[in-house]
Amino acid sequence: MEVVNSFFVTPSSSRLKGIWSWLLTTDHKRIGLMYLYSILFWFLLAVLLGGFIRLELMFPGETFISPEVYNSLFTLHGVIMIFLFIIPALPAVFGNFFLPIQIGTDDVFFPKLNLLSWYLYMAGGIIAVISLFSDGFPDTGWTFYVPFSISTNTNVSTAVFAAFVLGMASMLTGLNFITTIHRMRKKNMGWMQIPLFTWSLYATSWVQLLATPVVSITLLLVMIERYIGVGLFDPAKGGDPILYQHLFWMYSHPAVYIMILPGMGVISEIIPVFSRKSIFGYKAIVASSMAIAVAGSLVWAHHMYTSGMSDTAVFVFSLLTFVVAIPSAIKVFSWVATLYKGSIQMAPPLFLSLCFIYLFSVGGLTGLVLGAAGTDIYVHDTHFVVAHFHFTMFGGTGFAFFAALYYWWPKMFGRMYDFKKAYIGAILLTGGFMFHYVPMFILGLQGMPRRYFDYLPQYAKGNFFAGFGAAFMIIGIFLLVINLLLTLRKPMDASSDPWGGTTLEWQTPSPPPLHNFVKEPVVLDYPYDFTGVVKKYAKNTKGE
Amino acid sequence: MNDIVNPVTLVDRSFYFIVGFSFVFLFAITIVMIWFVIRYRRSKNPTPSDIRGNFFLEIVWIVIPTIIALLMFASGWKSYTGLRNVPEGALEIEVIGQSFSWLFYYPNEKETENEIVVPVNTPVKLNITSEDVIHSLFIPAFRVKVDAVKGLDTYAWFLPEKKGEYFFQCTEFCGTDHASMTGVVRVVSQEEYEEWVNKEDEW
Repeated sequence: MEVVNSFFVTPSSSRLKGIWSWLLTTDHKRIGLMYLYSILFWFLLAVLLGGFIRLELMFPGETFISPEVYNSLFTLHGVIMIFLFIIPALPAVFGNFFLPIQIGTDDVFFPKLNLLSWYLYMAGGIIAVISLFSDGFPDTGWTFYVPFSISTNTNVSTAVFAAFVLGMASMLTGLNFITTIHRMRKKNMGWMQIPLFTWSLYATSWVQLLATPVVSITLLLVMIERYIGVGLFDPAKGGDPILYQHLFWMYSHPAVYIMILPGMGVISEIIPVFSRKSIFGYKAIVASSMAIAVAGSLVWAHHMYTSGMSDTAVFVFSLLTFVVAIPSAIKVFSWVATLYKGSIQMAPPLFLSLCFIYLFSVGGLTGLVLGAAGTDIYVHDTHFVVAHFHFTMFGGTGFAFFAALYYWWPKMFGRMYDFKKAYIGAILLTGGFMFHYVPMFILGLQGMPRRYFDYLPQYAKGNFFAGFGAAFMIIGIFLLVINLLLTLRKPMDASSDPWGGTTLEWQTPSPPPLHNFVKEPVVLDYPYDFTGVVKKYAKNTKGE
Repeated sequence: MNDIVNPVTLVDRSFYFIVGFSFVFLFAITIVMIWFVIRYRRSKNPTPSDIRGNFFLEIVWIVIPTIIALLMFASGWKSYTGLRNVPEGALEIEVIGQSFSWLFYYPNEKETENEIVVPVNTPVKLNITSEDVIHSLFIPAFRVKVDAVKGLDTYAWFLPEKKGEYFFQCTEFCGTDHASMTGVVRVVSQEEYEEWVNKEDEW
C-alpha cells in the first residue's frame, strides 16, 4: 500500500502550524484526542480526590481533613466525575473519533460547532476550578439540593454556572452527532447497517439534546434564586424544594443513560470482534438502546421515594423503573450469547469487557433493590447507593472507557501496547474495585448514610477494608494509563486491523489519514458479518 | 396489638426476595460467561459458528425477566404500603429537624432533643418537618426513612416490639455537622414510659 500521511501529520486547515493546528483544528480526530487528554486529566484528578475521601474514612473521627474540606471533596469528586468525565468520556473522545469513521465519512456535520463544544467543555472545567479558589468550593454534593444550596455561603453559583456551560457543550455534541448520523452516512449504509457503538451514540445524543436543557434552566433558576431571591425553591419564601428535585432528576436520571449507553455500545463492538462471531440479536440491541433512551427519561422520581412526594408517584415511578431494567438485561444476555460457539481470543479489551459485564450486572441487580419502593426506603442515601452507582458508573462506564481505550488505541495512535502490564493493571483494578465497593454494600445494609464525615463505631471495619481496596484500584488505574502512554515512545507500527474487526474503522490505516479513508470503505450488508474475517485468517493456522 | 403487621417483616421479606434472586442470576450469568470463554477459546475452537440471533430465545429472555421484575415491584410496593399505613391508636410525636439536631414534641408538650422514648408494642407515628434545609430521619432498626422539608408535613411510623436502644441518623446532606446529627430511640416498658413522659423537664 502506498504510504499515506496520518492526521497527526496533516493539519485539518493546512495553514495552521504547531499548537494552533490543534487548538483551531476542525478535524474530528484531533478534537477527539484533545478531549482525551483533558478528560484523562480530570479523571485522574477526581480519582485522587476520591482516594482522599476513602483515606479520611478509614479511621473514625477526624483523620487528616476537617469536615468542611471533606464536604467539598465529595462535592468536587462528584462534579468532576459526572460532568467532566463520565458524561463526555465516551461520546466526546471515542464518539468524535470513531463515529464519522464508522459511518464512512470524513468528519462530523458541523466541524466548527464541534470545536466550540470542546472550548465550552474546557471553559466549564476552568470555571469549576475558579470556584475552588474563590470563596471556598461548594459543599452541597453534586446534586445542589435546595434550600441548602441557596443558603450555604460557599461558592455555589460559580460551580452551578460551570455545570451550565458543560451542559451546553454536551447538547451541541449531541446535536452534531444526530445530524451527522442522519445526513452523512455512506450512501449504501442503511439504518440496519450502522455499527452498534454509533447506534448507542445516536440514542445517547437524543437524550443529551432533550434532557440537558431541563437541568440548564434549573441551574439558572438556582442562580437567580441566590442573587435575586425570587422564592421559587426556598420554602421560607413560599417556594417548593421538591420542585427543584423533580427538575434536577428530570435531567440527571436520563443523564445516567447518557453515561452508560455509549459504554454498552463499546462492549457490543468488542465482544463480537474477539469472539470472531456476529453479535447476538443486533436488532434487539438497537431496540433496547432506543427503549432505554425513552423509558429512562420517565423514571427520574425514583430518586425521591423519601422526599415527601405522593404515594401514587412512588407507585408509578417504581413500576416504570422495573420496566427500564428489561432492556439492560436483554443486552447482558445478548453479550453472553455472542460468546457461545465463538472463536474467542483473550486480549485486554475483551478482558475488560468481561469485567464490565460482571460489574455492570452487580450494579444493575442492586438497582432492583433501589427500584422497589419498600426496600429503597431503607437503603436510600446510604452507602448501598454509593456502591450501586459506582458499580454501574465506574464498573460500567469506567471499565467501558478503559476497554475502548485498549480496543481503539492501536487505531488512534498506530501503536500496540504491552499485554502483560495491561492484564496486571486490569486485575488490580477489578480486584481493588470489588474490595472497595463490596464493603460499601454491607455498610449500606448496616445503615451507614452517605456523605458522612464521621460514623458510628459499628461501621469502622467496613470503612477500613474499603480503604485498602481503593489503594489497589488507584494503582491499577495508573498502571493502565501509564502502559498506554509508554507506547508513545515506540514507532507507529500497528497494522490497520490488529484484531480482525468488521466495522469501517478497521479498513483504514492506523492512525487514519486526515480524510479518514485511503480507498472507499466497503459497507457490509450485515455489519457484524465475520465470514470474510474468518476466511482471511483461515490460511494462517495459528489464527492470529 | 398482634393484628398489626410490623412493616419491618414486609421490608425484610422484599429484601430477601430481590437479593436472593439477584445472587442466583449473577451466579448463573457469570458461570456461563466464564465457561463460554474457556470452552470456545480460539486454540480449541478455531472456526466460529455464524449465529446471529434466535427469535424464540430472545422472546424467552424478555418475557421471563419481565415477570420476575413485576413480582419484585409488587413485593417492594407491598412493603412500602406497610410503611405508609399507620394503624389506629398510634402515639403521635412531632419531629422538627434543624441544623444540626432533632427536636421531638410529645402530646403532653414534653420536649426532647436527639432522643425519643417510646413504650414497647405501641405503634408510634412521627410527624416530621424542618426548620431550615432538608434533613432526613433514618431509623435503621425500623426500616424507616423520611425527609424533613420546611413547609411540608411528612410522616413515618414504626412498631417497636423489643425493648432496647436504637440509633437514628440524618440522611439528607445538610452541612458541616451532617454526620453528627444522630440520636437514640429508647424503647421501654409502658410503666417506665408513663413515668418518663410525665416527669417535668429538668431544664
